[in-house]
Amino acid sequence: MHDQMARIESHIESHQHMAGALMPLLHAIQDDLGYIPEECYGVIAKALNLSVAEIHGVVTFYHHFRSHPPGRHVLQVCRAESCQAMGCGALETHVKSSLGIDYHETTSDGSITLEPVYCLGNCACSPTIMLDDEVYGRVSPQQVESLLANARRENP
Amino acid sequence: MNTIYIPRDSSALSLGANLVATAIAREAESRHIPLEIVRNGSRGMFWLEPLVEVATDTGRIAYGPVTPDQVASLFDAGFLGGGQHALNLGLTDELPWMKQQERLTFARVGITDPVSLQDYIAHDGYKGLRNAIGMAPQDIVQQVTDSGLRGRGGAAFPTGIKWKTVLEAPAEQKYIVCNADEGDSGTFSDRMIMEGDPFVLIEGMTIAGIAVGATQGYIYVRSEYPHSIVTLNLAIKSAYEAGYLGREILGSRHDFYLEVRRAAGAYVCGEETALLESLEGKRGLVRFKPPLPAISGLFGKPTIINNVISLATVPIIMDKGSVYYRDYGMGRSRGTLPIQLAGNIKHGGLVEKAFGVTLRELLYDYGGGSASGRPIKAVQVGGPLGAYLPESQFDTPLDYEEFSKLWAVLGHGGIVVFDDTVDMAHMARYAFEFCAIESCGKCTPCRIGSTRGVEVMDKIMTGTDHAKHIALVRDLSDTMLNGSLCALGGMTPYPVLSALNHFPEDFGIHKKEQVA
Ligand SMILES: Cc1cc2nc3c(=O)[nH]c(=O)nc-3n(C[C@H](O)[C@H](O)[C@H](O)COP(=O)(O)O)c2cc1C
Ligand code: SF4
Ligand code: FES
Repeated sequence: MHDQMARIESHIESHQHMAGALMPLLHAIQDDLGYIPEECYGVIAKALNLSVAEIHGVVTFYHHFRSHPPGRHVLQVCRAESCQAMGCGALETHVKSSLGIDYHETTSDGSITLEPVYCLGNCACSPTIMLDDEVYGRVSPQQVESLLANARRENP
Repeated sequence: MNTIYIPRDSSALSLGANLVATAIAREAESRHIPLEIVRNGSRGMFWLEPLVEVATDTGRIAYGPVTPDQVASLFDAGFLGGGQHALNLGLTDELPWMKQQERLTFARVGITDPVSLQDYIAHDGYKGLRNAIGMAPQDIVQQVTDSGLRGRGGAAFPTGIKWKTVLEAPAEQKYIVCNADEGDSGTFSDRMIMEGDPFVLIEGMTIAGIAVGATQGYIYVRSEYPHSIVTLNLAIKSAYEAGYLGREILGSRHDFYLEVRRAAGAYVCGEETALLESLEGKRGLVRFKPPLPAISGLFGKPTIINNVISLATVPIIMDKGSVYYRDYGMGRSRGTLPIQLAGNIKHGGLVEKAFGVTLRELLYDYGGGSASGRPIKAVQVGGPLGAYLPESQFDTPLDYEEFSKLWAVLGHGGIVVFDDTVDMAHMARYAFEFCAIESCGKCTPCRIGSTRGVEVMDKIMTGTDHAKHIALVRDLSDTMLNGSLCALGGMTPYPVLSALNHFPEDFGIHKKEQVA
């Protein structure tokens, strides 16, 4: 925790003088730690001359930001129209049942967090998923299955 | 030395382009063949990705879709010299898909190395900026106005008129903001520009800055596009180093600074005022208008906010003139539209055509029909807030006014195709659901109406009190249409009501009538 706070402080230092600093700062913290710990709202608020309520409001408004640590990998399944037209519904059902979790949940071994996403701009190659920072197009349930198996085997 | 091209475009990567590039580099090395691999943008033929192109004396020859295990056989077939192989598609420029397009905004995409400034300049890049630097601001704005360019982000507002307002607004500081939030399902043209020709966007924004006297620009890119952010930042860095950004651009008296900012996954932040709130570090709540962003935008200063495609189209207008651009198109829709074919389509991808091409030509001549081989039942044009169109409307030309006559929109030019297995009641329910998930919460019709809409659709789909609930959907849609502050709430009725009106049988209406 101590180390975490030190890292957050250093992100604050390098971002606080930007115009509209809050979003870039929150991204920097989440990129580094995987989430934005609620314990740091106070220091951010102080540095940017905002209220803790405002920080809380921003973190919760945006789907991308999380205030709790995710699993070691994040799987996003696109459920927007183009992917629906190519059967993402069946893919969703398959993934949920094979991981045994619903959206916004993490597997009990802490390996995978499942999130819905609304378009990845890969709509000519639907259905599409994103595993961490990589997009995969025209995926079948089997392919997702094997990507997940590989990811779960990996050590963090 | 042999030169080959393998796209760095996210869609190509999503189909394994990096694996193919690695396999080709390794194979060349083991065969001691010197090889330069250029990671270009995509040509937009996504059914052929990963598409590998080989430079030959007669032009580039395309091979695709390539998988890593076919690489050795490509070398055996002498593909570096254009050799015969099952994957050989012939000259890229001669493929009907490419040949029949009018690529103005996308002129360089897939052709150049996106992050090479040198390559950009060698392919007519920065000619528009050079012209603009020698012109009076009013004349730049006039040229954009005369081109007939209308905003490609969705609302189709004339770009030159917006610029004029900002030009005439007195202020110490003004801003140029690029809307790269591209949240609409079925769209990826902004992404293809950012990954395939980022300099054209940078040039367009720089021209905008010079035209209205703005010295700072921001590109607000959705967080779902990590690769776009990388290519933009690489291009911005070289533009600064070569004096195309920063102080006294190309020795002129104009300064222009540019920065990429990452969004955080809120669809409503594509709405221009919510986007500005987000850039300021706040929740993405839609602002009341007036004041227009052109008068009081980012940090309260006059601001041009334009879509990626609008801005990326400015350089060719400033290079070749307004008449050149305006000569394409039909009616009041001048120039070209980068159209995106998506969903259940055999040949999905990017088609840039002059306005006037019909949906049918796009769906069948370019798209080759559905991917499943089944009949196409409906297409949704213009993203999640766009109407569904049935087969009987496929002869409509792509034109803003022709689409409004049908109570439909062109939006950002995305076309999502559905075959006859789609349940349109389900799609109407999803439209409400999406609105409920993404609503900024500022107005009741949108925030509450969308959630009510989902519940009512559930009733309809289970057949409970059918007639009553159909009437309720119409009422609810009316309230949302008339009582919402922005188009998220205000246009969700488009997909809902178009689905209901064109496909009543999916809402159980035939059955009911027969019973009655
Ligand atoms: C809910 C909503 C989402 C929008 N999303 C986008 C978007 O992702 N990209 C975009 O360029 N415009 C989007 N718009 C339109 C913008 O508000 C605005 O009209 C546009 O950025 C202006 O640029 P243009 O004139 O170049 O089109 C959206 C509008 C609404 C109501
Ligand atoms: S219509 Fe919806 S998204 Fe738009 S301002 Fe109102 S609540 Fe916000
Ligand atoms: S709708 Fe899934 S990638 Fe666009």
